[in-house]
Amino acid sequence: MADLKLDQIRKSYGAVDVLHGVDLDVKDGEFVVFVGPSGCGKSTLLRIIAGLEDITGGDLMIDGDIVNTKSPRDRGIAMVFQSYALYPHMSVYKNMAFGLKLAKTNKAELDERVRNAAKILQLDALLDRRPAELSGGQRQRVAIGRAIVRQPKVFLFDEPLSNLDAALRVQTRIEIAKLHQKLKSTIIYVTHDQIEAMTLADKIVVLNAGNVEQVGSPMELYHHPKTRFVAGFIGSPAMNFTRVTITAVEPGRVTVQTPGGKSAVLPFEVTTDHIGTEVELGIRPEHMGLDRAGELGVDGEVEVVEKLGDSVYLYVRLANGDRVTLRAPGHCRIKIGEAVSARADAAAAHLFDRNGQAFAKLDCPEEYSAME
Amino acid sequence: MYKNIRKDDASRAVIVHAVLLSYTLLALYPVFLIVINAFKTRKGIFSDPMGLPGPKTFSLEGFTKVLAKSDFEVYFFNSISVTVITIGIVLLLAAMAAWAISEYEFPGNTVLALYLAIGIMVPIRLGSVSILGLIVDLGLVNTLTALVLVYVAQGLPLAIFILTEFMHQIPKDLKEAARCDGVGEFTIFFAIILPLIRPAVATVAVFTMIPIWNDLWFPLILAPGDGKQTITLGVQQFIGQYVTDWNAVLASLTLAIIPILILYLIFSRQLIRGLTSGAVK
Repeated sequence: MADLKLDQIRKSYGAVDVLHGVDLDVKDGEFVVFVGPSGCGKSTLLRIIAGLEDITGGDLMIDGDIVNTKSPRDRGIAMVFQSYALYPHMSVYKNMAFGLKLAKTNKAELDERVRNAAKILQLDALLDRRPAELSGGQRQRVAIGRAIVRQPKVFLFDEPLSNLDAALRVQTRIEIAKLHQKLKSTIIYVTHDQIEAMTLADKIVVLNAGNVEQVGSPMELYHHPKTRFVAGFIGSPAMNFTRVTITAVEPGRVTVQTPGGKSAVLPFEVTTDHIGTEVELGIRPEHMGLDRAGELGVDGEVEVVEKLGDSVYLYVRLANGDRVTLRAPGHCRIKIGEAVSARADAAAAHLFDRNGQAFAKLDCPEEYSAME
Repeated sequence: MYKNIRKDDASRAVIVHAVLLSYTLLALYPVFLIVINAFKTRKGIFSDPMGLPGPKTFSLEGFTKVLAKSDFEVYFFNSISVTVITIGIVLLLAAMAAWAISEYEFPGNTVLALYLAIGIMVPIRLGSVSILGLIVDLGLVNTLTALVLVYVAQGLPLAIFILTEFMHQIPKDLKEAARCDGVGEFTIFFAIILPLIRPAVATVAVFTMIPIWNDLWFPLILAPGDGKQTITLGVQQFIGQYVTDWNAVLASLTLAIIPILILYLIFSRQLIRGLTSGAVK
């Protein structure tokens, strides 16, 4: 178990820069999730930590040692691949024991470690099987077992659940969460699925186009996104955005004009030089409601209705052409084509300037700021 | 509608199999002739070359002559040792070269692969004169070492080419997983890559072995001396300018088929597909 430090890590392939100076501190025992859209550099970053890619610039420290040029085997890491990457010609037992055997671990200890890992992952009955005789979920557990027996300083997971079907994914996700509680190990986990990120992480690192957008706990990212990108990426369905114009600024309050021509006062700290500029207003679907009271309101026509049982998502088209998603309770009977009017608290709003940076929000009620 | 399609399929299958069968017959018939005539008397061979050995024509005189009057077992041993040693060296060197070319990025990687592939296109016999010169300079004339060296050179290009292609198909994740697992490069090669490309190795072994076993040219010019002849060369002593001892020639050729058949059976058992299934999804 160890802590990990990334200092201005850069990576380029020829003239193409993939990572532009990533800084990150991972504490001992932390579960860190890298999340971002395809091509944001999250897998590259993980492979750099693993030692499978060279570092173009910056320093990588594991347990205080700079490991930039060390080979994967000398870094004390273990990696679980999306494709499992099991040795097809070896039994489950041998797959898990292979690395240790080469490291000349004594036989009794090796056997104990493998059997222990097999027990944790419920692979006891499968130890003599070949990977080809296992289901996807079992293969993934073997891959995790192979990592556990190494007793690494840091576990690396590269989208380990992407090849599993939906039900198995949820189940394995819970297994991984339990495993982390049991092993108390440092884990770095890459995914493009924000639900995996939210449910597993102690700390989420949102990456976009090779830059770290924000680092924080799941609830911090949910309630206080620092940028418009994070606001749009975290949460499902995604946050609604609309353009508004700032008309007046007072200390701790800002008045904006919505596209419908209405004015609303929002609790943000905005400097006066923003008066007259267009900014973006964001509200999460679950913070908008048909039967809510609130300072912010929209009117439109329902285009699509998604019934999820406990709730209904309404995709509404506004008069100005903007589209807004909102959540209604499961018993809601609204049909396609109906006119609806939804409202939200001003405190639920997020405000982003032209560069996508969030304005500081004041007077936030518990509902919109609950942190762990 | 369905019936027609199935009928088309069936007739296509018939045509394909007819072509394959006729080619098989064409290829096997000479071998068959050699084998049946080996069991006939000299008179039987000449009076009815196409006929099966009957009670009147059956005879083992060819075999007795070969086994008793010549150094057949020496030729046999020479051929087998040259073939087996060559296969061993070719497989090891070619697999390692293929691994280097397919796995590691180094300057000149592509050029090197192309250079090695040229060997497939240029027949090694074009260089016979300089090869002979070289072997004389090295003092290796009339040794099996000379044959092994030449055959290794002859077998390597195709072997490297085939194995490189196969190694490209091994999932990258597998090698990287091994690296993360603390496995060294040599162990990755010997314990993971080689077992996975076993079918390709077997293919290469068969491709390498047959031309060597059948070769007459290099044994004739490099090691024609007493006690160093291979089986193809040994047979030549029964072929005279005026009289050819057909019984002996056919009997020794029949015997020569056996070891290569055994080797082939060993390797062809490895030619199974789907060995990587289960490695990655």
